Order: sequence, then structure tokens, then C-alpha cells
Amino acid sequence: MVTAATMNSPLIGTPKLEIKDVGKIFKTKSGETTALEKTSFTINDGEFVTILGPSGCGKSTVLRIVAGLEEATSGQVLLDGEVINGPGPDRGMVFQSYTLFPWLNVKENITFGLKLNGVSQKEREDVARHYLQLIGLEGFENHYPIQLSGGMKQRVAIARALANDPKILLMDEPFGALDAQTRNIMQEVLLKAWEESKKTILFITHDVDESIFLADSVYVMSARPGRLKKKVPISIERPRGFSVKGTVEFAAYKEELLSLIREESLKSI
Amino acid sequence: MLAKWFTPNKEIPKSVYTSAGLITFLLFLVFWSVLSYGGIVNPLFLPTPTVVLATAIDLLFNGELLSNIGISFTRVLVGFLVAALIGIPLGILMGSLKIMEGAFEPIIGFIRYMPASAFIPLLILWIGLGESEKMSVIFLGTFFQLTLMIMDVTKNVQNELIEVSYTLGAKKLQVFTKVILPAALPGIVDTLRITFGWAWTYLVVAEIVGASSGLGYMIMQASRFLQPDKIIVGILIIGLLGLLTDMIFKAIYRASFSWMRKDGF
Ligand SMILES: Nc1ncnc2c1ncn2[C@@H]1O[C@H](COP(=O)(O)OP(=O)(O)OP(=O)(O)O)[C@@H](O)[C@H]1O
Ligand SMILES: [Mg+2]
Repeated sequence: MVTAATMNSPLIGTPKLEIKDVGKIFKTKSGETTALEKTSFTINDGEFVTILGPSGCGKSTVLRIVAGLEEATSGQVLLDGEVINGPGPDRGMVFQSYTLFPWLNVKENITFGLKLNGVSQKEREDVARHYLQLIGLEGFENHYPIQLSGGMKQRVAIARALANDPKILLMDEPFGALDAQTRNIMQEVLLKAWEESKKTILFITHDVDESIFLADSVYVMSARPGRLKKKVPISIERPRGFSVKGTVEFAAYKEELLSLIREESLKSI
Repeated sequence: MLAKWFTPNKEIPKSVYTSAGLITFLLFLVFWSVLSYGGIVNPLFLPTPTVVLATAIDLLFNGELLSNIGISFTRVLVGFLVAALIGIPLGILMGSLKIMEGAFEPIIGFIRYMPASAFIPLLILWIGLGESEKMSVIFLGTFFQLTLMIMDVTKNVQNELIEVSYTLGAKKLQVFTKVILPAALPGIVDTLRITFGWAWTYLVVAEIVGASSGLGYMIMQASRFLQPDKIIVGILIIGLLGLLTDMIFKAIYRASFSWMRKDGF
């Protein structure tokens, strides 16, 4: 059943993000590395897509190209039909490593982009309050990043990206450095924020459970040189609570993805 | 207990820490006393602590010490300020723009190995024996090292902070003012603290040649007239002034960067 629905499922809605024949070759001292073979895919407006793939298959490279932090060797990326060129506030980013500005407190971090844009103090206060509540960190607005746990830091990083109201949110293993319990909680926090903000999200992960739990579609990448191997739509009903991880449906997806990933991981060893 | 104090990286009580420092000072004083009071060393070369103290009080009350301190401090401060005013922006640019690093790193890396003291004859030829010559020695002694250190501090700013600021809409100039500068600021203050210490060491060099005032001059004169007590006073004063400025920089650091501490104090 799952396999029947995989490739080329009819696209509902308009494509928000189009990746067209994007490839990347890194030139290094020891020669050329093909990090990404020509890859194409689209993401619809409001869709939550997770990319799952073995280590070193080029997941971060795709995301960095979309963010404009890395230039593609070939192909192009379109956001709302327009070719992207360099980084910009229309594509928010959350990294795996902690990237809060340590000299700014939580509130100032969340409103960093707004302040750059000249948004008034009053409006910034309102936005900050809204996102603090959304990520469940009311009362922490005056804390500095050094005083926060890893999970709290990543919540603030998500709020900071969302507060800027980007067209798409790019997340590169944002929970990769967190312990399993915190990770599960963070997934629920993120889903709640996504449902509330109706953002389009491109989320990278190693973790099969995480990819299923969050996604409308899981894109599986092949081992290096990376390319898109398969698109697996996840039709588990929303809103999703942590209990869906125990369902038969979830287990079926997991089995399918695990075997796909296993094939690829074996190749990359 | 004792074993605990000698475990690598282990915290020890603050009182023990402070006492350890005091004991080292005391041992030094005892060593000096034994040599001088014990008559082991000729007092013409090593005066006793009491003689040094008496000389210090004397110099303090006849005004010689304070005026020399004022003159020397001005020289150090101006020479160092000029070095910092040019070195900080240049170092930041070199640490963040490859083109600036490429342009300036080789020449600064070359000049910094030329001893500042060797430039004194040239400086005298160029600008005479006045204050600007003394300040130039301080400048030459600190500028190049300071600039390279600021460059390193800037290079160490976490690249992802810069990247994330771009995705939040920062323009290039904003990346400098809102990310690179605040991120590098603690390192910059620390660099200033260290290089200001070096500025003091260049002071004596600057005041040995062609000076008629200042602590370095005082020391040189004392040597000429066989007054080791006065030399020691001069050396101790320079040390104390260095220590004082070091403490001021540390206080600025503590007051400005409370975000670096978990307790926020
Ligand atoms: N700046 C670079 N220069 C040279 N090679 C690079 C560079 N960045 C990435 N690569 C190479 O490109 C390939 C893909 O890297 P990428 O970081 O995209 O993988 P990834 O799927 O995100 O891996 P991981 O799961 O470990 O994060 C790797 O082989 C990597 O070594
Ligand atoms: Mg990666």
C-alpha cells in the first residue's frame, strides 16, 4: 500500500520550492568530490518534508544550496517561482550546532531579524511574546544562551527563524545533538509550531522515527554521490501525538524506510 | 586534602588559591632579605628592602616619582592608543576579509620580527628626540602584534553565527557590526590587556635613549650614579602600573561580558 503511493503521487497545491537538476562538486586538494548528483524535487506550500539519508550523502549540501550559503555547480533553486541567489531572510535556517548569538538574551535573539529590518520595539515585543509562548519558554526572555539547556537553545533557534516570517524553514539535523527524551519533546514542539505557523519546512535527519513522525513526505537519499532515491508520502493522520510512534501504521513506514536506508548505508561503508 | 589540591584541572577553595599566590610573594621577599640583610650580596648591588622602601617614600614626597609616572604613563597610553585605534579595525578586516589578510598579513608578519628598539636611531633621525619619538617606539612595539592577534580573534568567530545572520536578513555591513564585532569583542578586550602589558616593557627601551624624563630615564640615571635602590623602585613601579592596568582591563571584561557566565554576575 505504501509502495503504491510512493513515486509521483499527484501534487496537491502549488510548488513552493523547486530544486531543478541541482548538483554540487567540491574541489579539494585531493581532487574533486561529487557531493550531490543532479537532483530534482519540489516541495508544496505548507508541506513538511524530511530528507533521510546515510552520513555524507549530501543532505547538508542540498540544504545549504537552498539557503544560498553554498553555490550549486549545476541547476537552480526556485522559491515561489523565483530563482534564488545568495542567502536571504525568506529562507530561515536552524543548524545542528547551537547558533544563538551568545551576547543577546532570548528575546533579543528571537527578534534579531526583525530589528535588522527596522521593526518597531513595540511590535518586536509582541512577536517575541508570541513565539516564547509557542515554544514554551515564557519567563526565559531575559536569559542568555549560556544559561539554557541544549533543547531550550534549539527552541529559541526555531523561534528566531519563525519570527522572521520566512517562506520556508530549513532545518539541518536540529535535534541531532540532543538526548532521546528531549528530542521527542522537541519534535512535538516543532509540529505544534508548524501547525500554527503553516510554514513550509525542509528538515534533514538521520533518524528514521523522526523523519516519519514529522513528515508529510520523507525523501530518501542514496549514498554518496547523493541523489534522491525515493519519495515516501506519510499519510498518518494529524495532529500527531507521540503515541502514533507505537502504531502498526508507523511500524510499516519504519520498516520500509529502514530497509531503504540499510541498502544505502551498506553502499557507503 | 593535599592530594586534592594536586589533581589536574580540579577546583580548589578560593582561600587556598589566594594563599598560594601570597606565599610565592613572601618566599621571594624572604630570599631577597636573606641575600641583603645577611650580607651575602654587596649592598652596592642589592640594597635591603628597607632601603628600597625608604627611597620609594623619599621619591614620592619630593615629587620626582609622580612626575615621572605621569610622563611615562602618557607616553605609553598615547602610543598604545594609536596602535589600538588602527590595529583593531585593521585586524577585524584582516580576520574577516581574505583580501585584506592577503594584502597585510605578509608585511605585518615581516615587520613584527624587526625589533622596535632597532628603529630608535631611525626615529630620532626622522622625528627628533621629542615625545612623538617615544610614543612611536611604543607604537612600533605593540601595533603589529596587536593587529595580528585581533585578526586571529576575528577569524575564530564561529562561521555559523555569520551564516545564520545572513539567513535572518543581515547585509554585509550588518554582519560586521551586529555579529563579528560583538562576537569578537571579548577577545579584543583581552588582546588589549595583553598588549598593553607589552607597551610597558617598551617604555624603558624608549626612555633609555635620548630622554630627560620618565621612569626609564630615572632608572638609567640611577644606574649611572650607582643607586640600585632607585633602580629597583623604578622597576617595581613599572610592574605595579602594569599590574594596575591589567586589573582595570579585567574589570572592564567582567563588567561587559556577563553573558559569558552562567550565573550572569
Ligand atoms: N566544503 C566542502 N569541501 C569539500 N568537501 C565537502 C565540503 N562540504 C561537504 N563536503 C563533502 O561532500 C559530501 C557531502 O557532505 P554533506 O555535509 O552534505 O553530507 P551530509 O549528508 O550532510 O552528512 P552528515 O549526515 O554527516 O551531516 C561529503 O563527502 C563531504 O565530505
Ligand atoms: Mg550534514
